[in-house]
This record gives sequence, structure tokens and C-alpha cells, in this order.
Amino acid sequence: MKILSLDPRIARVDLPEGPVELSPLDEFQTYEVFHQKKRGDQHEHVGIVHAPNDEMALLFAKDQYARRGICVNIWVVKSENVIASSYDDTDIFLIAPEKIYREAGGYKVMDKINKFKGKK
Amino acid sequence: MSYDISLKNFLYRLADDHLILGHRNSEWTGLGPFLEEDLAFSNMAQDKLGQSLALFEILQSLGEQHPDTVAFTRKEEEYQCCQYVEYPIGEYDYSLIRHFLFDHAAYLRFEMLTQSRCEPLAKLAAKVKGEIKYHVMHANIWVDKLGNGNEESRHRLQTTINENFNLALGIFETTDEEQELINEKIFEGEEMLKEKWLAAIEPILAKATLKLPPRTQWDAAVGGRKGIHTVHLQPLLTEMQEVFAIDPKAEW
Repeated sequence: MKILSLDPRIARVDLPEGPVELSPLDEFQTYEVFHQKKRGDQHEHVGIVHAPNDEMALLFAKDQYARRGICVNIWVVKSENVIASSYDDTDIFLIAPEKIYREAGGYKVMDKINKFKGKK
Repeated sequence: MSYDISLKNFLYRLADDHLILGHRNSEWTGLGPFLEEDLAFSNMAQDKLGQSLALFEILQSLGEQHPDTVAFTRKEEEYQCCQYVEYPIGEYDYSLIRHFLFDHAAYLRFEMLTQSRCEPLAKLAAKVKGEIKYHVMHANIWVDKLGNGNEESRHRLQTTINENFNLALGIFETTDEEQELINEKIFEGEEMLKEKWLAAIEPILAKATLKLPPRTQWDAAVGGRKGIHTVHLQPLLTEMQEVFAIDPKAEW
């Protein structure tokens, strides 16, 4: 017999060999979780939770991402509602790091400052 | 009965409820219906143990022994928890309904205790109220979703409520010390708590198409507060005290 997984929970469910087609109801949807550490701060993305509905997503988000440390507010958003760029288009970002003329560091002013400091 | 002893027994009843139910609910760890719920339920079980520790620490400040000593070395009849918390976790509907019924009572109790004249208890109550509020939110949502779920989920919850409601009423068992606690403004009394509790749970159950058994069938399972327990407590204590008993002097 081929061992499908070392996880006993998977090993005992007697899965057929090869990829398994999941019908939509076999899994809960996922929600993206954002937490806020201080009122007024930006909410930060911290991960995902599986949940059957919005209210439970909030409960589980609290338990997974806010049971330790400081948190004052949580957002959950259905993952399917997130609109993302495609990885096929990664090239649109490609030369962004090279545009140093767009950064303050691109100006030669530091040389002047250092020269001035050196004189003192 | 002196005021001092009445207060201590009251704290023991509270601490023991949370210790035993916290231990029971932690038995779900790794076995919960799915990962996120497993985590949530285990987390709340740990909260309960934390609450019992805080209560044992208040007892220690009143001259009782170290929290570990009282939690792990007392005999069965010395525990003053209500009988409801002793019962095995059963299937998930059982644990969920117990979580719903017990935590609503715990939340309201702590809310009342924020006004207690026992200052450390009032402070603790103010601190943990928010924690238990989340437990109540969790329980309410499950009851709502399963009550309004399908025929099986509704039937399971209703059956569990019917079969265990008298045990839940045992949470509010009174003792001879009751009047003294009320007079001394430590706690406004189990009877008042029970009324608040009924007013809180009935509308939530109704929204979930569930109801309490008729009043004529109410018959609280009492005894726990006097140290009279069911057959389920001793095996739990044996397991809970097992590691501690190997070397009571060990440093952790």
C-alpha cells in the first residue's frame, strides 16, 4: 500500500490515488484577516482562517491572530473578494527597484552635507 | 458561619467550577470538529484555568494554601464545583450547550461581582469580564447557527438542553452562607443571578428555534456545593493530579 501521508488523519480516510476533485461544499471558504494594534493605526494583514460564515470568521480570527499580544480591532474579508494582480504580470514591477532617481537617496545632497561636516 | 469562611467558600465554588470545566473542555484539544474551532475551544479552556488560578491566588492572599496545592491535592469531597462541570465532554453538542449555559452564568456572575465589596474579587471581575464576553459570543453564534441549521443539528441541541437543564440549574445551588454573602455585599445572590441568566438565554434560544424545558420539570441537580459529586469527578481528579502527585515538591 502506498503511504499518502504521515498525518494519521489523512492516512485513515482512504483517499483514492491521484488528485481529488473537491466540490464547493467540501471545504469552508477562507477569509483574509487584518488586525489593528492601536486605534488609528493601519489594519495589517496577518493571515487567513477557514470559516463557514462571516460571524464565525471573526471569532476564529480573534482566536488565531489576537489571543496573544495587543489588538483593538479585527477585519475579515472573504478571500474571494480580494482583487489581486496576476503573477503573470510580475514584470510590471520589474524595474521599480532601479528607479533610484525617484528616491530622496538618489540626490547627491549627502555628499555636500558630509563635505560641510568635514570642514567643521 | 463567619464572614471569612463564607467568603472563602464562595471563592472556592467559583474557582473549582472554572478549574474543573477548564480541565474538561481541554479534553477537546486535538479532537475539535475542525482546526479553527479546536483552537478556539482550547483557548477558552485555558482561559478558564487562568480564571481559576486568579481566584486561587485571591484565596492564598486570604491565608489559604498555594494555588497548586489546593488545585492538585484536595480530596473529591473538598471540591465545591457544581455537578454539571464534572460530566464528560460527550459529543460536541453536549459540550457546546454546557459552554453556552455555563458561560452565560459566568459572564453575568462576574458582571455582578464588579460591584463586590471584596476588592480583589471586584478587580478580577472587571478584568476577566471581557474575556468571558468573547466566550459568550462564541457560544451564541454556534447555538444560532446549529439551532437554525438542519433538522439534525436542531434536534441534537434541543435534546441536550432537555436532558441537561436540571444540571445547569445546579450552578445556582445555594448554601447556608448565601444570606451572609448578600448582607456583606460580596455577591447579590444565586437567585438573582439565575433570573438574569434566564432572561439572557431564553431570547437567544428562541431565535435559534430552541426552548427550555417547561418549568414544571425543573429540578436542580444540587449537592456539588456541599462536596457531593457524581461518579465522573474522581476519575477526572485522578488524571488531573497524576503528574503533580509524582513529585509534589518539584519546581515547574
